[in-house]
Amino acid sequence: MSLLIRNARLVDARGERGVADVLVADGRIASLAGGEAERSIEAGGRLLLPAFLDLHAHLRTPGEEQKESLETGLRAAAAGGFAAVVMMPNTRPPLDAPEAVRGVLRRARAAGGARALAAAALTKGQEGRALAELRLLAEAGAVLFTDDGRTNEDAGVLADGLRYAAALGRPVAVHAEDAGLRGEGVVHECPLTEALGLPGNPAEAESARIARDLEVLRMTEGHLHLQHLSTKSGVRLVAEAKRRGRRVSAEATPHHLTLTVDALKTLDPLYKVAPPLREAADREALIEALAEGVVDVVATDHAPHTAAEKAADFLRAPFGIPSLEVAFPLLFTELVEKRGVPLGRLVEAMARAPRRLLGLEGGVLEEGAPADLVLVDPRERRAVDPAGFFSKAKYSPWAGWELLGWPVLTLVGGEVVHARLG
Amino acid sequence: MRHLLDFSGWDRARVAALFKTARAMKEVLSRPIKTVPTLKGRTVATVFFEPSTRTKTSFELAAKRLSADVVSFSGSSSSLKKGESIRDTLLTLAAYGVDAFVIRADAAGVPHQAARWLDAAVINAGDGRRAHPTQALLDAFTLEEALGDLEGRKIAIVGDILHSRVARSNAELLGLLGAEVWLAGPPPLLPRRPFFGARLTARLEEALKDADAVMALRIQKERLSGGRLPSEEDYRDGYQITEDRLALAKPGAPLLHPGPLNRDVEIEGTLADGPRSLVLRQVENGQAVRMAVLYHLLARRAA
Amino acid sequence: MRFKARVMEAPEIARALSRIAHEILEATQGGRDLALVGIHTRGIPLAGRLAERIERFEGRRPMLGQLDITLYRDDLTELEHAPVVRETVIPFDVAGKRIVLVDDVLFTGRTARAGLDALTDLGRPARVYLAILVDRGHRELPICPDFVGKNLPTSRKEVVKVKLAETDGEDAVELWERP
Ligand SMILES: [Zn+2]
Repeated sequence: MSLLIRNARLVDARGERGVADVLVADGRIASLAGGEAERSIEAGGRLLLPAFLDLHAHLRTPGEEQKESLETGLRAAAAGGFAAVVMMPNTRPPLDAPEAVRGVLRRARAAGGARALAAAALTKGQEGRALAELRLLAEAGAVLFTDDGRTNEDAGVLADGLRYAAALGRPVAVHAEDAGLRGEGVVHECPLTEALGLPGNPAEAESARIARDLEVLRMTEGHLHLQHLSTKSGVRLVAEAKRRGRRVSAEATPHHLTLTVDALKTLDPLYKVAPPLREAADREALIEALAEGVVDVVATDHAPHTAAEKAADFLRAPFGIPSLEVAFPLLFTELVEKRGVPLGRLVEAMARAPRRLLGLEGGVLEEGAPADLVLVDPRERRAVDPAGFFSKAKYSPWAGWELLGWPVLTLVGGEVVHARLG
Repeated sequence: MRHLLDFSGWDRARVAALFKTARAMKEVLSRPIKTVPTLKGRTVATVFFEPSTRTKTSFELAAKRLSADVVSFSGSSSSLKKGESIRDTLLTLAAYGVDAFVIRADAAGVPHQAARWLDAAVINAGDGRRAHPTQALLDAFTLEEALGDLEGRKIAIVGDILHSRVARSNAELLGLLGAEVWLAGPPPLLPRRPFFGARLTARLEEALKDADAVMALRIQKERLSGGRLPSEEDYRDGYQITEDRLALAKPGAPLLHPGPLNRDVEIEGTLADGPRSLVLRQVENGQAVRMAVLYHLLARRAA
Repeated sequence: MRFKARVMEAPEIARALSRIAHEILEATQGGRDLALVGIHTRGIPLAGRLAERIERFEGRRPMLGQLDITLYRDDLTELEHAPVVRETVIPFDVAGKRIVLVDDVLFTGRTARAGLDALTDLGRPARVYLAILVDRGHRELPICPDFVGKNLPTSRKEVVKVKLAETDGEDAVELWERP
């Protein structure tokens, strides 16, 4: 089946590529100069981008399907313009065995929506003590290793993990946070949260652990990926390591790029997330780091929970913000439109950089590239309405925010997985 | 004022109005018949998800002195484990036609959530480390009785500052009333960042020097042994309020404690019953202040 | 609100109070065990003036107290804000006393009812009287004053304003009308 997308404004990591008629055939971009197709779509000058890849999503399968299922999670991803998501392994049980990885990938293929990729546990049971079967896990399809949800307290195990993963050509992603400094902390530690009486998690818990992990990285040939960077001091350490040529990459989330600890004044568990929302200066540092490429990737850390769980009191409510369906319009509006971050840079961070990091092709608009495409409307202003989410998590800290850039068509390998064309 | 959750949105005029009512309530409490019909037909629910006999008794008596009906619910914190059970508990009680909920919880923010869920007035009777506004009000009321205007007064609060809602609410309210609040305690029990503009110090002498009043906080015994502090001995050695240490404060500076007191831990035994101790006055004023709070929230057309 | 008329001037008020003072002395056999309790706000200066006169006439000053009836009001649920509670000061034991409750205007009788309830919560007086500067009628409760300065027939739309030097800078009783 072939498809012609007429009058689309092409934008990829290299920036604006002009208006073109894009021909999609056999799952690839066949031509950027029109051609014959079985079907055609009038883009009307909307933006055509390479569809995104989310390096960090919690689809809760297996074991916690009441929070999210493969069907709802992958459908939500497609609606958000993602062609693929990397599923975090902190499931019940954790994805630390090859059969488990094969099983969830098999089920995901039948689920529809975006494509699913699997991250596997770095250590058995994600307990940080003994390495998981990294070679067998890689063969089963794991694209990266991580104990996300937990912190890697034992630096020796992390060093071995980085070395082993390097041999397999896989990155190791870490939730960089010193568990001792974090303590019982549930919010960013600052005068505001001290006044709120909520136990604080200091910025130093992140930066101290990043500093340690960067030292560990020096001992190995590995690739260290820092998940959900949230602090200004963390950004500084990453920038410094990159200057020194270390193999380190970093991601930032939509919530750390758009929200700050001020939102906690309401004590609403909606804003409870790990790592916590930080101060305005941290947010500014992240935006700058994203613009400059110190932060390589935007990853959602989509972390759904049931409404009842999120309605508990602040201390008992679980951590996590769902964002697959709003990530792009949110960042397009708040960073590109309002803050002047180049659109090409955002597309790089959401489409090309995460693919490169996993050694995958794509993320660009050129003939022969995979037809993972998303068409977004840069003019239609629409309020975030969680009731309309495909995700099971029908709540959002951005509910009511008026955003531009909503995806109207998502293609994965040339197949339509989401369409909302007027 | 629809709820009493903390002191955000408060100004000195509101505190003064409340204290004026509290003085009238104190007069009622001095009568042979200590009950007035003011809140006849209104229902007050005390909902304690964390045990506290003192605060609960004080609120219930305050409500009864104003002729309100009282229903009460006590649940352990384990019944709080699922978010819905707090909500269910409150909504079930609300179905009885409750006009005000007095809520104590071991976690910050529960009364705020309750205020979002309920039409009734919500009074925070202590939520986690966050706030204990009626305690702060009765402390400030007691301090004003003893010292007059609190503007420029130095008030030292000593003990487990980190975990204390009393310290937070007092810092907020006393700060609002113009007092200079010093918070002193051993470093593991001091927050790493200041709150409400109060000064933090691990040097007790610095906090006590020329203080107009000293308030010792209750220390949870479990925090003293094997917790964040090496031992009870270690705490007493550095931070117990003794005769000698109190001498650093202004002559006659009163001594407060929110109770219940661990004798010979926070305060040297003889001092707690001495002439400078306002501990019993605090209990008495607590009832009058809580009557005033109930009056201000309930003696008017329901919102 | 529209001003209609001044219905009492200072000399008239003074005469009325003197008359009431005499009546009180007569009713209480010379003011034995007598206490005057003014109801907030204008009952308090009125009670003070009566006490002065009684002292002048009889050489013995009666006991004085002030009562706030806010906590006894039956209309709290109809108000937008909780009204200010003022000081109640009764510096004597009410048990066995002959007490005259003093207020400026008697209208529906609800304030007097609240005053009686407040007073009886303080103890058991031997007898309670009610002294009023202006009785304007329209009772909603079976309350009847013992001493009245002036009976003033009014309509429900009318408002009686008592002004006293102590609280308002001058002595007068005015009639106003609500739209
Ligand atoms: Zn994480």
